[in-house]
Parts: sequence; structure tokens; C-alpha cells
Amino acid sequence: MKNILGRKVGMTSVFTDDGRYVPVTVIEAGPCTVVERRTKEKHGYEAVALGFGSLAKSRVTRALAGHFKKQGAEPARFVREFRTDIDGAQAGQTVTVAEFAPGDRVDVVGVSKGHGFSGGIKRHNFSGGGASHGSMIHRQPASNGDTNAGRTTKGSRRPGHYGVDRTTLQNLEVVRADADRNLLLVRGPVPGPKNALVIVRKSVKAPKAAAEAK
Amino acid sequence: MNVIDALNRDQLKDGVPQFRTGDTVKVYSKVVEGGKERVQMFEGVVVVRKGGGAGASITVRRVAHGVGVEKTFLVHSPRVERIEVGKRGIVRRSRLYYLSEKIGKAARIREKKAAK
Repeated sequence: MKNILGRKVGMTSVFTDDGRYVPVTVIEAGPCTVVERRTKEKHGYEAVALGFGSLAKSRVTRALAGHFKKQGAEPARFVREFRTDIDGAQAGQTVTVAEFAPGDRVDVVGVSKGHGFSGGIKRHNFSGGGASHGSMIHRQPASNGDTNAGRTTKGSRRPGHYGVDRTTLQNLEVVRADADRNLLLVRGPVPGPKNALVIVRKSVKAPKAAAEAK
Repeated sequence: MNVIDALNRDQLKDGVPQFRTGDTVKVYSKVVEGGKERVQMFEGVVVVRKGGGAGASITVRRVAHGVGVEKTFLVHSPRVERIEVGKRGIVRRSRLYYLSEKIGKAARIREKKAAK
């Protein structure tokens, strides 16, 4: 099962075995416990809930404690469900980065960095106006479209709150999986700030790409 | 200890000799040619040293068949087998970009005599 929860540690670069020097994001992933196995018969859909991180005793309510106990698992700080690549998973089972190997393709889900209330340049990659030569339009959004319409077009790009969105990056390459240190090295950036929760799951697109290559 | 620092430290090679720009070095690097791997030597003057840590690189310049050739190597790359230091040069700057404009005698570098 190539699904795991982790914490984003940060970025660096590493040498691969074939001598490439690649940028990677370091994710401290697992060990996770399968906290619950959701089944079609009982819950209406198939899923596996993974737990990650320890939870202080004082923060475990009786109800939570009972739920975890029933499944034979320790209370976990983060619990997330996975609906793909879950064959053969059982409650109580442990998932580590040993499931992953270099070259695997994964999707990584995170909550993107918060940028607060941002203008069009940062938020929508607008070009902005001239800086000098009498230009009085610097970072303003300028024209917003048709004035004859008498209303604002739906979905027009304006300044506003930016960031803190659930963001998925697909088809990332696993560069290294270090089972001793519970580290997963994924090529390229990963959404979210450092220390944030990151969901790693088997890539949805990679199997298709591999099949087409054949 | 910081995980990323530890990862970076793991990648540093032991036994990288001390050298500076202006020194003449031989770089032995692995190249794949026709499906086979062999070690290729490149000898020349170190023109620049860039960066620190695992990403540190050097640019080596030599004049081959009348054409100036500059190659950049990642010092800690597993593809670079070893680096041998030859002549020590006396230079007054850290980046010898001016060498590419000089030809023949003007492109020479004074040599440091080994101390007895």
C-alpha cells in the first residue's frame, strides 16, 4: 500500500545513483497505523484510515479513546482516509516508508502556504503596470472587463485571499526512501509550509502513463 | 540533529584535496560511452570554485588543440571519482574569467614553488 502521512521537513538537493543532482523535498513520513478499515457493507465505501503522530493523553476524549481502542490502535493526532491502493490492508497494521522505492510515482497533497489578502500580481500572475515614466498604475489590476455587461463576469480574477488551499501535486518521483530515519525524498517542491501535514499516495496518473509507454 | 543537515553531510565526499583557483588539477570522472562506463581524465586550471556543501562545483579550463575548453564538475558527485592536484598557481583573484580572453603566453599562471 503506497499511502502514507508525513510532515514536510524542507528542501535540499541530493545525488541519485546515476549521478544526477536533483532537488528534493524531505518528508518525515510514518510510521502510520491503519486506524480503521472502512468497508462497503458497513460504511458504504471502501477506505483505509491512517493515523500519524502521537496525541497527548490529555487531548484524547473518551469517545476518541474508545474509537481507537476498538480498532486496536494508539490515538493519533492526524487521521486521514485513503480510497485508492488499499487492497489487503487491515486495521492495526503499520505502514512505513519501506513500502516506497526510488522511481515510484506518487501524488502529494498539502495545504498551501497562506499569503493573506493578496493582489492580482501575486495571486493571478498579472503583469502589473509601469514603475515610472509617469505611470500611475503600478500593481493595480487595471481593467476588469466589459462595462456594457452591467455586471461583473463570474470568476473574474480579483485580489483576495490567497493560499491555505488543499493542493495536490501529481506524478512526483520518489528519489529515495530511508526506512531507518522514516524519510521520504520526493523530487521537486511539495505544497505547504515546513512542518505541515502532507498526504502521500500512489499516483493516479502514473499507471496510465506506464501503460501507454508499453 | 537537523534532518536536512544530516542528509547534506552524508553526501560530502571524504578525501577531496585542498586546492584553490589557479591550481592545475586532474579530474577523473566516470563517463558512459556506448553502454560501457569508463574513467575519463580532464586536466586543466581551476577557473572558479562555486558554492559550498554537496553542491560545490569547480570549472576547469584547458586548451585542447588550440581551442579553449571549460568543463564544470560537481566536486561531491559520485560521477567524479577523484581529483588530483598538480601545480599550485599564484593568482590574485578568485575567479579567473580573464583567462578566456588571453591566448598563449598571456594565459600563463605563475607557479608557486614548493616550500622546502
